[in-house]
Amino acid sequence: MDPRLQIIDRRMAGVRRILAVTGGKGGIGKSSLAATAALWLARRGERVGLLDLDFCGPSTHVILGIRDARPVEDGGLVPAIAQGLRFMSIVHFIDDRPAPLRGQEISNALIELLAITRWGDLDWLVIDMPPGFSDPLLDAARLLGRAEYLVVTTPSVLTTETVRKALQLFRELRLPVLGVVENMHRGDEPPLAAQLAGFDVPLLGAIPFDDAYEAALGDVERLAHTTFMRAVGRIVDAITARRD
Amino acid sequence: MHEWALADAVVATAVKIAQQQGLQQIGEINLRLGELQQIDREVFEFALRHVLPPDDPMLAGVQFIIEAEPAELRCLACGHAWLLAESFAALPADQREAIHLLPETVHIYVTCPACESPDFEIVAGRGVALISIGG
Repeated sequence: MDPRLQIIDRRMAGVRRILAVTGGKGGIGKSSLAATAALWLARRGERVGLLDLDFCGPSTHVILGIRDARPVEDGGLVPAIAQGLRFMSIVHFIDDRPAPLRGQEISNALIELLAITRWGDLDWLVIDMPPGFSDPLLDAARLLGRAEYLVVTTPSVLTTETVRKALQLFRELRLPVLGVVENMHRGDEPPLAAQLAGFDVPLLGAIPFDDAYEAALGDVERLAHTTFMRAVGRIVDAITARRD
Repeated sequence: MHEWALADAVVATAVKIAQQQGLQQIGEINLRLGELQQIDREVFEFALRHVLPPDDPMLAGVQFIIEAEPAELRCLACGHAWLLAESFAALPADQREAIHLLPETVHIYVTCPACESPDFEIVAGRGVALISIGG
């Protein structure tokens, strides 16, 4: 028997809410949304952790300009504090090397991080989920029963096609979906509501495509002034106002 | 040391199993300690003793029986099988530390000695496993 499974709930005992940012496809802005949502909440004065579970393509550290932050071993791993967040990512252990992990190993690494990370007391733990809905999503569903899911999509039918499948899976797994966010919105696309007809999930808003966002990566002060982060902030404020 | 986190998990799991099995007391906890995670056995045993809830009759007098398991790896590209010890000694301290903290990082720092592929499986000896408890 794997003893790590028994300790995860206790590790999360001081965490008030868990926000898992997910979506079916890669490259649709999940990491950007997770990182800036965490930053927004922290700047609002909340105690926030950010867990990057995208082991093959971790990027929240790049978005937030987190360098040289390392967790400390103390009865487990105490996350590094960076940009006002408690931060945990596989990059602490691999730097910029690729991580060629198969499914079972991704599961094992995910369980290990959940079991040994001492988050302490948090208002929010924001999780950047990897693309797709294989092992990491199924593990999160199994091990993080309190997680609430924020689903990211884009105006492309290629994305919404996958998001529809994701929403169907969330329904089957009975996972709470806070809502869907449309990223990279340009204004001339078909309404998202029509594409997601039949799914009883809140549409939380559209984030306009922001040409200035790329240049702000790694600089949290510039990020805070982007149209992108302000739009994320409005969505986060709406979510927290609804449930707090 | 995260040996303490793992010790905590072992005791919590044993208590849960005992409750499921209706045991009033746990006499022994049998553990397997995989080589890959490089757990400091002395620290781990110390931690196991100290995470026990004081005055809990269920755990009074419990013995920990720990079996060490060598880490075996098998390449999925060429089929070569080998023991971690053959690869591990050559690693610098920071890479050994990364594997200690997150054993799956072995795929980043170790490759198949025969074909140099990082695509191998951990056949045995990954980390801590609770094998059984006895009343």
